[in-house]
Amino acid sequence: MNIVVCLKQVPKKDSILRIGADQKWIDERDLSYEMSEADAYALEEALRQKEKHGGEVIVISSGPERVRQSIKEALAKGADRAIHLTDPLFNSGDPAVIARALAGALKNEKFDLIFTGLQSDDYGFAQVGLILAEMLGLPSATIVMEVQPEDSGVRVKRELESGWFQWVKLPMPALLTIQSGINQLRYATLKGIMAAKKKEIKEVKAADIGFTESDAISAQSIQRAYFPEKTKRTEIIEGKPAEAAAKLMEKLRFDARVF
Amino acid sequence: MSQGILLFVEQRDGVLNRTTLEALVASQQLAAGMSESLSAAVLGSGVSAVASEIAAKKLDKVYIAEDSKLAEYTPDGYTAALRQVIEKLDPRYVIFSHTYQVRDFAPRLTAALGKTFVGDCIGYKLEGGALLLTRQIFQGKINTDVGVSTEPPIFISFQTGSYRADQAAAGESTAQIENFTLDMSGVELRAKPEEKFQEAKQAVDLTQAERIVSVGRGIKSEENLGLVKDLAEALGAELAASRPICDNEWLPMDRQIGSSGQTVAPKLYLAVGISGAIQHVVGMKNAQTIVAINKDAEAPIFDIADYGIVGDLFEIVPALIAEAKKSQG
Ligand SMILES: Cc1cc2nc3c(=O)[nH]c(=O)nc-3n(C[C@H](O)[C@H](O)[C@H](O)COP(=O)(O)OP(=O)(O)OC[C@H]3O[C@@H](n4cnc5c(N)ncnc54)[C@H](O)[C@@H]3O)c2cc1C
Ligand SMILES: Nc1ncnc2c1ncn2[C@@H]1O[C@H](COP(=O)(O)O)[C@@H](O)[C@H]1O
Repeated sequence: MNIVVCLKQVPKKDSILRIGADQKWIDERDLSYEMSEADAYALEEALRQKEKHGGEVIVISSGPERVRQSIKEALAKGADRAIHLTDPLFNSGDPAVIARALAGALKNEKFDLIFTGLQSDDYGFAQVGLILAEMLGLPSATIVMEVQPEDSGVRVKRELESGWFQWVKLPMPALLTIQSGINQLRYATLKGIMAAKKKEIKEVKAADIGFTESDAISAQSIQRAYFPEKTKRTEIIEGKPAEAAAKLMEKLRFDARVF
Repeated sequence: MSQGILLFVEQRDGVLNRTTLEALVASQQLAAGMSESLSAAVLGSGVSAVASEIAAKKLDKVYIAEDSKLAEYTPDGYTAALRQVIEKLDPRYVIFSHTYQVRDFAPRLTAALGKTFVGDCIGYKLEGGALLLTRQIFQGKINTDVGVSTEPPIFISFQTGSYRADQAAAGESTAQIENFTLDMSGVELRAKPEEKFQEAKQAVDLTQAERIVSVGRGIKSEENLGLVKDLAEALGAELAASRPICDNEWLPMDRQIGSSGQTVAPKLYLAVGISGAIQHVVGMKNAQTIVAINKDAEAPIFDIADYGIVGDLFEIVPALIAEAKKSQG
């Protein structure tokens, strides 16, 4: 079974974010990056499926040079090869533009499943996967918590709201968006890191896939980025830890009366 | 020419999803602000009761689009059906509530129509006639105003809790209900859903807890959990967690708070190293008193906290434990 995993690189979770000079995005200077969380789980699930059923895991990621680091991490964990979409034309705040680039690069690939994260940790569109499915004419299931390949397709467990679940059967090829927590993540081993050095990372530019300027036009775009205004007035308790702790306990006891 | 606003009405087994009423409030405000008409579409099979419920609200028309292929939700069925409705009615805006179901098909639908979908919005602004949609990025840490530059219809979904369902205006008279004729004969439903189910009964019932200490990824590693366990004990509280803690299996799933965990409303909810992503907040925002300990002064959790301490939890939690023990003794 061949599985494509769409990986996005995002600023590390603990990053202190600042608004950029153009006030339309964050200031990207001095940030460190990592794989978007759900994508790390998608990759892990693909590797586990491969270990059980054989086949190939192909990772694909669109983004600047720094993205290579996440691609290498995926290869070190056990992915077989990678496609890196490097053209600045692909960079977009419109999920359809990203999906179009991915679709272009995957047109000539043979796969049974595509995994994406259920949503990215930066834009959080929760769209790129499904738009890609629509463009490639694939059936889809979202927020997947278990994957069972069967003779005639794939059976997946979807998470629904408030503790409900549902199994859904799909013919393959299909696209699944993977939820965090579907499995337990592995670390790359030294052996894996060494082996990754020999693995192929294919670079793809716009011209390679017939992606034109008009394909890159954004239908939606951020006009302004800003920190949310706090609507509730939080009483921030200042002081050294011991002092703040004493003040808080007093408030809880006498003002909030929670004991 | 495209005109009017179309609201997607979500139902399951003939019962209206309450979040639709929140999206209705947004739709009513948009309709008033832009002088557009407002209609609603109910998809399914045997959904006339849902249509009547919506028709009692302030809107112009309700369409019922029924077919046996819509008896159970599938992405292919809903995409095909709503597409037919939209192509016929040609609205300027299509409004959804950002539910799991909508997440499952709306991006497909808009891609199929070659349109754009601004999802998970928390509000909108009308600036000189232009519509800007406010949506959060980086898990609620930053807000953005998003502009759209395609031909209508424009697709928008609103995040749960952004509008208050009880503010949905009732109609002066019942809105007209019209049957919309679908042609679903050529539509293949590729995904075959089975029965919905819930996992085995929860071992702990956090909904009964008076006080909850909840721990998030700020705790860094499983070994450090002892710290928050001690705090919970000192405060006479139950221990709960954000999703990543349960994903890592540091605590069992039944201690997870949020949209995919439990919903609680204790007297005290003390969030330790939790950022306050919306999927967590929906599970605890009704707590009487919310306290947050977080090293990031901009963390969204401080937007809903009554009391906050900005700092390192590894310094603050031990001090709190000491303080709580002192006053007990
Ligand atoms: C469909 C869907 C469903 C979801 N369901 C749920 C759900 O039910 N429940 C849920 O919780 N999440 C859910 N999530 C995930 C949610 O979006 C967030 O990713 C999650 O809540 C983040 O958990 P966290 O706050 O613990 O971690 P993070 O977002 O990583 O935040 C960690 C926080 O700890 C702080 N911190 C770090 N170190 C320290 C320190 N030393 N001292 C003090 N503070 C520190 C940081 O400043 C940060 O604010 C869901 C997501 C999706 C997409
Ligand atoms: N630039 C990208 N390169 C590769 N995959 C991506 C990219 N952007 C988004 N994806 C995939 O699409 C998923 C959903 O992203 P989003 O629609 O932004 O929430 C992510 O979890 C990734 O799997």
